[in-house]
Amino acid sequence: MEKKKAEVKKSLEQIGRKVLEDIKAGRNPSLDVPIRALSNVKFDEKTKMLVLGEATAKRYFFNIAHVRKFVQTVEAAALSKELIEVNKHLSLREAFYRMKRTLPGSNINLVDEQEESNAAIEDLELIANASREQLHINANKMGSVAGKVVIEDKGDIVDWSKLGSGGWSIPSNVEDIIFKKVNAKFVIYMEKAAEWERLHEDRVWDKLNCVIVSSQGQATRGVRRLLQRLHLEHNLPIFVLTDFDPWGFYIYSVLKFGSISLAHISERLAIPDAKFLGLTADDIENYDLKKHLIKFEEIDFKRLEQIKNYDWFKNNKDWQRQFKMMKEMKAKAELAALSSKGITFISDKYLPEKIKKKDFLD
Amino acid sequence: MVEEIIAEKMAKDMKEVSVAEFFEKNRHLLGYENPAKALLTVVKEAVDNSLDACGEAGILPEIKVVVKPTNAERFKVIVEDNGPGVIESKVPYAFGKFLYGSKFHRLRQSRGVQGLGIHGAVLYSQLTTGKPTKITTSIGKDIHIFELMIDVTKNEPLIVSHKTEKNPSKWHGVKIEMEVEGKYIERAQSIPEYLKQTAIANPYAKIIFEGPNGKIEFERVIKEMPRQPKEIKPHPYGVEIGLLRRMLSTTKTRTLLQFLTSEFSRVGRGSAEQICRLAKLEMNKRPQDLTPEESEMLHKAMQLVKLKAPPTDCLSPLGEKLIVEGLKKETGAEYVVAVTRAPSVYRGNPFQIEVGLAYGGNLPQDQPAQLLRFANKVPLLYHQSDCALTEATVETDFRRYGLSQSQGQLPIGPLVILIHFASVWVPFTSEGKQAIAKYPEIMKEVKLALQDAGRKLASYVRQLRKTKEAQLRKELFEKYIPELAESLEKLTNEQKQKIIEALEKMIKKGDVSGKEESGSEEKS
Repeated sequence: MEKKKAEVKKSLEQIGRKVLEDIKAGRNPSLDVPIRALSNVKFDEKTKMLVLGEATAKRYFFNIAHVRKFVQTVEAAALSKELIEVNKHLSLREAFYRMKRTLPGSNINLVDEQEESNAAIEDLELIANASREQLHINANKMGSVAGKVVIEDKGDIVDWSKLGSGGWSIPSNVEDIIFKKVNAKFVIYMEKAAEWERLHEDRVWDKLNCVIVSSQGQATRGVRRLLQRLHLEHNLPIFVLTDFDPWGFYIYSVLKFGSISLAHISERLAIPDAKFLGLTADDIENYDLKKHLIKFEEIDFKRLEQIKNYDWFKNNKDWQRQFKMMKEMKAKAELAALSSKGITFISDKYLPEKIKKKDFLD
Repeated sequence: MVEEIIAEKMAKDMKEVSVAEFFEKNRHLLGYENPAKALLTVVKEAVDNSLDACGEAGILPEIKVVVKPTNAERFKVIVEDNGPGVIESKVPYAFGKFLYGSKFHRLRQSRGVQGLGIHGAVLYSQLTTGKPTKITTSIGKDIHIFELMIDVTKNEPLIVSHKTEKNPSKWHGVKIEMEVEGKYIERAQSIPEYLKQTAIANPYAKIIFEGPNGKIEFERVIKEMPRQPKEIKPHPYGVEIGLLRRMLSTTKTRTLLQFLTSEFSRVGRGSAEQICRLAKLEMNKRPQDLTPEESEMLHKAMQLVKLKAPPTDCLSPLGEKLIVEGLKKETGAEYVVAVTRAPSVYRGNPFQIEVGLAYGGNLPQDQPAQLLRFANKVPLLYHQSDCALTEATVETDFRRYGLSQSQGQLPIGPLVILIHFASVWVPFTSEGKQAIAKYPEIMKEVKLALQDAGRKLASYVRQLRKTKEAQLRKELFEKYIPELAESLEKLTNEQKQKIIEALEKMIKKGDVSGKEESGSEEKS
């Protein structure tokens, strides 16, 4: 599955040659860019993953609305080629600064915001059919892990159970990590670093024999790939812990089915067997969290309505029940609310009970 | 109607104090309230008179205006025309007696009506400098030179001197010279601005202005004069009670029936009888014998009877061609369009609206449009915000015609809007004759005219914008070309310069600017 460096480089050069041919033939230079939008994403019932459809869009140089994106995309390709040649990596932020420059004789910058260079790089992944890592551009790294696992990373042996209070910081590229010893029975991924620190302080990974992972909000690619590898290579079930709100549900959705913008690499990121541990609407009842509910705002209702109608949730009775209950409550709740029951309540009571009772959603 | 109310007030006051004396105390009523406006009013009254005289005589006007400072606060004003001139015996009255003039007792479209204008200037000169006004005139025979003053208490002209000279060159016209207190300015509401706008509305006139800061010539660009307006009798719907009473007392007719059928337009025997019946008045009653109450009944009855609208051939519009020529000459705009509406009627008075739009060229891009208002070919410089023409303009949606505009404001863009209101009776809102009253019929006609002209302008504006956008688009692509070439060089090792040349060649061929205008990327 891994493309060789030379191959990636060749496909980048191919993009340049195609544009050059257009110019030489007097054609309006164009690129075919696969469309990354809900309209071009399908839920594959067989694999239980989001897959990218066939639709592409033509991006032209001589088009007032396209020219900027067109040049950004070609520049991203040139940048990536350069990185491969010198065998160096740039972060997304660094890539943004490499691309940010002023067009001669104007006050226009090639990119003004990092969102623009990010989008160009994501488009390039699709056009060149290579992952961001293969393009030598690293995603933001953000995530911690602790647990009974020993790995080898660039020749260093790292024991995830002996890293003090910070745990091991997950890099953006986890392809080359080798799992040496895996004694854990499952993995808990949580939305918030605060909960991770709680669980780590309480040594939940030791008591429950598991791995705990967090990455502040939406899981980064590195984190998702790490979870997927633990699941695929070592058969560890993945449990997801998020706030009780539409955004939390969607974090679970991305981990499990893949995301719309990265649907083209779902098979390298998604974990269709992942389970949702909490917080569920039933938890609100069972653990008496009602008085900690936060009232819904207009935007929450809207997001809930969108998620409810996604193909991959539409026919899931359990989830539809959750959505319905949330809609009736007109409110959301945070994981942190569990601490109202006791400082270590989440570690001593909530998690062991839920896992023992197999009280999770699929 | 305000003018008439003043005139009436003045006429009434005449019994006790003379009109001249009344004016002396109320000079603001006629536009002499501050030195800058006073100087402008003096010039304006003289020029309006000259244009009217030339128009009536069918002479292409050539008017020379001189304004020279004599000391810090005084100016010598000379206005000379090539009009028909004034006959010797009428000169003292034409310039030295209030409410004397050829225009007061008739209904016909003309610049001045009250017979107050030029006398006001003579009196103002006399009041501020104590000097007489010098009138030089000829009807092509001998030249008469008068020095005139006004006897303020008697409202009689005072001839200071009168000389006669031979006229070998057969010159005809009027030259008026006076010294007045004033202040000379050159921006909005100034003499140059007034003359410029006058030149726009009267492009068949040649106007030469010698001001304190040099000479400006407004050339004649067209040799056709608009057709002369016909005189009409008042229409019953448009007659105010005051005018009716005056008509009743001065008429030569002997019965009410005769009075109604011969002094008004669109009143036949049948309508006249109907009016008398409604007013419960004898048809044979002598008009002079009506009591104030009876005249009021008559006035009411006249409004109730169904009558045909007044004839409209009494109006003299500028005409679309003349407006276009005038605007082109004085604004330097690239595109000018004009619309002359068919005549319409408000309260029994026929009127006609004309609109001209001048766009582009040297006009400022991001300023509000300049609005030029005219009433019977005379520019209105003051009280813009109170005027029906202004209100109708800001209520017209110019965004439909490709211009930007905020709610209740003039549109923004390189635009001059000319509106001409022509009527036998201009409903001014105030004594200064600077704003037109907001009658619904007038507002409606102005809007329709603006919309009509706006539609014509819109296609031009759109075409212009398209060309400009194509240019901008080209420039945008040109900026991105070096960047693209550099990236492509890195990817393909093709020389950057070659790529730049190839792309620039594509732009030059011009087949790139019009294509693929759709904003979103096409799906395939």
